[in-house]
Amino acid sequence: MSRQQANKLAVGVLTVVAAIVVIPILLVIVYVVWQGLPALSWAFLTEAPRNGMKEGGIMPALLGTILLTLGTAIVSFPLSIATAIYLAEYAGDNRLTRWIRMAIVNLAGIPSIVYGLFGLGAFVLFMGFGTSILAGSLTLGIMTMPVVISTAEEAILAVPQQFRTVSLSLGASRWQTIRYQVLPHALPGIITGIILGLGRAAGETAPILFTVAAFYVPELPRSIFDQTMALPYHLYVISTQVPGMPLQIQYGAALVLLLIVLSFTLVATLVRTQMRRRREW
Amino acid sequence: MAVVQKSSQIDAPTDATSQTNWGEWFIEGVIKVAGISSIVIIGLIFLFLLREGLPAFLDIPLRQLFGTRWYPIEDAFGMAPLLAGSLIVTVGAVVIALPLGLTTAIYMGEIAPPWQREILKPIIEVLAGIPSIVLGFLGWIALAPLIQRLGAPTGLTAFTGSLILAYMSLPTIISIAEDALYAVPKEYRGGALAIGATQWQSIWRVVLPAARPGLVIAVMLGIGRAIGETMAVMMVTGNAANIPSLGSGIFFQPVRTMTATIAAEMGEVAQGSLHYSTLFAIGIVLFVISFAINWLAGRLVGMKGMRRSRRGGML
Repeated sequence: MSRQQANKLAVGVLTVVAAIVVIPILLVIVYVVWQGLPALSWAFLTEAPRNGMKEGGIMPALLGTILLTLGTAIVSFPLSIATAIYLAEYAGDNRLTRWIRMAIVNLAGIPSIVYGLFGLGAFVLFMGFGTSILAGSLTLGIMTMPVVISTAEEAILAVPQQFRTVSLSLGASRWQTIRYQVLPHALPGIITGIILGLGRAAGETAPILFTVAAFYVPELPRSIFDQTMALPYHLYVISTQVPGMPLQIQYGAALVLLLIVLSFTLVATLVRTQMRRRREW
Repeated sequence: MAVVQKSSQIDAPTDATSQTNWGEWFIEGVIKVAGISSIVIIGLIFLFLLREGLPAFLDIPLRQLFGTRWYPIEDAFGMAPLLAGSLIVTVGAVVIALPLGLTTAIYMGEIAPPWQREILKPIIEVLAGIPSIVLGFLGWIALAPLIQRLGAPTGLTAFTGSLILAYMSLPTIISIAEDALYAVPKEYRGGALAIGATQWQSIWRVVLPAARPGLVIAVMLGIGRAIGETMAVMMVTGNAANIPSLGSGIFFQPVRTMTATIAAEMGEVAQGSLHYSTLFAIGIVLFVISFAINWLAGRLVGMKGMRRSRRGGML
């Protein structure tokens, strides 16, 4: 085999493998949409499950997931963005900074089920919140921190150094520079990170298993100390724990969850491309 | 005169800002405290795992704790079957994901024309976004029956889990590997081609060796992703907490992973019981494993590369 033939063969193999990776992804999406679409209706989204969950909709689970996503946002963002600002603008090149970075890398690597255990031990039991929206939001919020911190830091670092130099030379203080020059320009990137983090939180099951998710509660939560159903856990329950569940409802729930999470990804991608297009520097 | 006037004009704003300095001092203080929050949080996670899981290490002899029987009803808490289950599923996932992931990264980075890259990248990002429970659901309802029809006694096997895990860790592997390839200077490729190498020779002999540290990280973090995954694995691996029998069918038998055991059993245990703290002990083992993987990856390429890769892995 000549070198040219070998080259052709290698390139061909690479192309085929890339197709092997991509095609199942598309198949998965198409299949879920195709199977789940007939189940989707206004009633499916707005009605509670009935008759041992074999009829009716997914409203309490959907609402629970929305509440948890909001809770995650409230817990995660102030802390993550402050950390990102610290790392990008204040941190010196010293041991403490290295420790912080190491901590973030390791936080990102901890399995989600271990976050669930931590939430159970710390929030549900030790702080006495019980299995509640509060405990679940805190757990999910902490879990999303590494994603938000890294994307936000990257966005802040991408603001050109001259912006800071000019602002400081005009007499602005360090914080004024950050507040009025750096953050506004980094905002789209920060928002991308936030949305990505939220999308991840909305689809997670393991961290909410022991901290908030309820098998079935007919009434809606009244306070942050109540349990709630959540869509990912609901999908797990109706697909494995309830015998004789109509397939259509299962696929319907899977499709709604997929749509929610993918719309987060889509919005994040749009914000990112918009930002790149509009960038003035 | 003019000079005096000027100086008084400058004085005024200085007075005004001295009030806001307190506010600034406060905000900067908050930011600095927030900066160390990740260290505090990781410490707290370990502390709470230890608080609940330590009794298992103290009350069960280590030999038994890592013994071969996991049978909580008879107070037999041997983690070996679970460790073996996680190991088999993860090894299977890596064997599948590694060639697929690296090859796709090479294709995207070196061969695909820009328009193809513009299509491929979002598709990989979509894969990263699919919740594990949705993949688990599909594995349970569609993939497992398919595998059973291929001749396995049951569709819920380690292989089913590996296949799904492989696809779940692909986005991590691909994006980090692609970053690593991208970081190889353009001149290397140009140089190789200029002395008469074919495109494949340039990739195989020049680009890949130069990108090796990054590719190693891609693999490590892919492993980390696979070993920590819970829901999908729980739904499709059959949940049999036995020591898997060695042999040609090793990947085609039901197994149970560490993560799945925690998720499946925590709901039914009494708080403070030995079973309960053993589940936390499994959590500690997982925590240590994820640390070890990061440490090893960091050792192999240094902290700087590690950080870049983590970011690459995110998006």
